[in-house]
Amino acid sequence: MILGRVAGRIYSTIHHSVVSGQKLLIIDKLNSAGERTGGYLIAMDSVGAGPGETVLVLDEGNGARQILEDKSAPVRSLVVGIVDGVHVP
Amino acid sequence: MFLGKVIGTLVPAIVYEGLEGVPMLWVQPLNKQGQDDGPPFVCADGTRMAGPGEMIYWEASREAALTLDPFFVPVDHAVVGIVDGMQLDEEGA
Repeated sequence: MILGRVAGRIYSTIHHSVVSGQKLLIIDKLNSAGERTGGYLIAMDSVGAGPGETVLVLDEGNGARQILEDKSAPVRSLVVGIVDGVHVP
Repeated sequence: MFLGKVIGTLVPAIVYEGLEGVPMLWVQPLNKQGQDDGPPFVCADGTRMAGPGEMIYWEASREAALTLDPFFVPVDHAVVGIVDGMQLDEEGA
């Protein structure tokens, strides 16, 4: 899983059925210090993350399909958590 | 998933079984700001609706193969959907 920050949204009406009714979030990838690494990805939201929130993104297809309970879902990135704090000793 | 822009189409004369009739699009991968981000590649278009000039979002590897029906056809990039609108938060822009 990776750390990310919600940086925007995608609105789409023509798409694969798995996206129906789902929110597509633009996620800035963060390093452990919470700084943007310059990378981004588009993830489906499964926890109701809002703009600017630091989130946990699962970036692996099988895990995403398990969560979505759909063996043929073409989804790799899924927001699976909202992060309250990051502690790096 | 990542952003891309359809820059052309491609008509294969001979194609692997299961891929008949699947539109093949030239896609230029984009970064978050919509600038070119790497060399263009060919995407299979499961939506069959994306045309040149449109912004799309695409998937790679196994997820690409899963967008098509029957899935597990040999494609490594595929269009998941067409972007109607995009909202980028100021701070994140």
